[in-house]
Amino acid sequence: MNSSVGRFSLWLLLAPFLLWIVLLVLVPHLQMLRVSFQVRESWDTLAWGLEQYQNFFSESYYWRTFVRTGVMSLFTTFLTLLIAFPIAWYIARLARGRSKGILFLACLIPFWASELVRTYGWMILLRESGLFSSWLQVLGWVDGPVEMLYNDVAVIIGLVYNGLLFMVVPLVTTLDGMDENLVEAGYDLGGGHGTVLREVVIPWAMPGIVSGCIVVFMLTLGSYLTPVLMGGKDSAWFTEQIFTQFITRFNWEQGAALGVLLLVLSSLLVWLGLKLTGQSLRKVMG
Amino acid sequence: MATESDLSCSGLVRRFGNNAAVDHVSLDVPAGTFFSILGPSGCGKTTLLRLLAGFDKPDEGDIFIRGQRMNEVPPNKRPVNMVFQHLALFPTMTVGDNIGYGLKRKKVPAAERRKRIAQVLEQVGLPELENRNPQELSGGQRQRVALARCLVLEPTLLLLDEPLGALDLKLREQMKIELKHLQKQFGTTFVYITHDQSEAMVMSDQVAVMKNGRFEQVAPPEELYRQPATPFVAGFVGDNNRLEGTVVSVADDVANVRLSDGAVVSGRVASAGLAPGAQAELYIRPESLSFSQKAAGEGSSSLQTRIRTTLFDGANSRVEAESNGQALFARLPQDGTAPALTPDGHLELSWDPDLARVFGASPQ
Repeated sequence: MNSSVGRFSLWLLLAPFLLWIVLLVLVPHLQMLRVSFQVRESWDTLAWGLEQYQNFFSESYYWRTFVRTGVMSLFTTFLTLLIAFPIAWYIARLARGRSKGILFLACLIPFWASELVRTYGWMILLRESGLFSSWLQVLGWVDGPVEMLYNDVAVIIGLVYNGLLFMVVPLVTTLDGMDENLVEAGYDLGGGHGTVLREVVIPWAMPGIVSGCIVVFMLTLGSYLTPVLMGGKDSAWFTEQIFTQFITRFNWEQGAALGVLLLVLSSLLVWLGLKLTGQSLRKVMG
Repeated sequence: MATESDLSCSGLVRRFGNNAAVDHVSLDVPAGTFFSILGPSGCGKTTLLRLLAGFDKPDEGDIFIRGQRMNEVPPNKRPVNMVFQHLALFPTMTVGDNIGYGLKRKKVPAAERRKRIAQVLEQVGLPELENRNPQELSGGQRQRVALARCLVLEPTLLLLDEPLGALDLKLREQMKIELKHLQKQFGTTFVYITHDQSEAMVMSDQVAVMKNGRFEQVAPPEELYRQPATPFVAGFVGDNNRLEGTVVSVADDVANVRLSDGAVVSGRVASAGLAPGAQAELYIRPESLSFSQKAAGEGSSSLQTRIRTTLFDGANSRVEAESNGQALFARLPQDGTAPALTPDGHLELSWDPDLARVFGASPQ
């Protein structure tokens, strides 16, 4: 009787989680997987087939967009890491008490606004009639207005900005747990700044680095608003392809196939990254 | 400056705000000796060690290592290595890589490195553990790896920051002896800081007792024990009984002190300027107390006490007695000569005045 009550309450506690996973993650993805294998023969007949997947590999525009998205996401992730590491180091190791909390909050505050608002914020700064352009003109460094939007640099700026918090948090967590004496021992035994960073700090922070990189990479690869708004019509982000298939072309079958491919290929990339850095998902996620 | 001293400091001061954690400390450590700095927590000994290692800079004073001024030299350029309190072994490296880290920085070739790692592990009694992770080792083994990591670099000076603190009692006793042997074997100069007086006494050639950022006394352990220079040293090093009173007379370096209940006891004068009428403290060790005037011999001093209880602890068994509200401990000989003691019974404790020390009352 007691154990059956225990089991019932366990299920009750698990229910929200299970409903979430099944209804919002599992079912839609399975549905999409099914759709992606359906080939539309005429307006009311469907057959099973791999045509959509073949399209991805035969139409160079599709896979080129994917490669471009992947490469730019990797670069964005790396850049985010470079920027986030000193920030995380400062928050975790140097800031004390109140200032620590305030700095952490400062990283968090942008996320109180939606991605859309944040992106438009950047657009206000970077556009032809924007703040940076007019400053440059006031300073006399340029003759006319400068368009800084709608190129790859603008896209990467926006993506790095969006990913920063997700890199800072895991880095702060791991660096926080590092014994100060480890760094001192690194110097004491004859190491310079570079050596201590390379041999002591980075190996220690590796779980945080890898988990931050995974999150930022996946977020970047799957982001839609930032590349579209800041990259303009030429941004050629893979998620735009999916959007186009679903909404513009009304080709759900092709859109579903591209969606499945994005999921599979990005998971493959993450797996490869883990293998190359010698980390396992279990270690990284604690 | 003596050429044979490995470390010599003069007038070191390190202030934090208005508080001087290290206050005009001068010291001189001869080559190849074991030097301990003993003091209660917060006495500034860790700050002093960090000054020597180079993690912190003195506000005043100079640090010389083998005659070279070290004040401006960063920690990675000093011929000094440190064993940290929590050892700070690199958890992401194997034991071999931990030891090889310093050698790599010295650009020792890989083959030579492997040889020296194996050799030093042999010397600290951990042969063939190169490929283990530090987390897989026991506390005592980790301790030895931390030592090996420093000793392999053949530093002029090895600093140890209470490295035995984390070990359990049995292992600590064992490591104390082992550390002393290792120091002799390697011939490296050790500077060891601890709050545990037994560690300092057992291992050291010289002990500096530190209080409020200053050295109270620097002496070999035995001298520290037998001839403490200040009341603080007398109370901090080893067990001691303390009796307060007023000096009634001083003759031949022996002072007679009247306690508040009127009893007069005597002991050797240990601080200058002790005149009749002055407030004084008499310190007498538990093992210097005997249970009858006969045993203490001619001219002994004695005190009437009431027995509170006996505390059996093998060779360290003691009786707790009370005189005028003041607790006194006396060692109980375990060779059968101890009298039968019953709680609340009367006990006369006697001592040779030469073994007791009288200080002017320290202004608290």
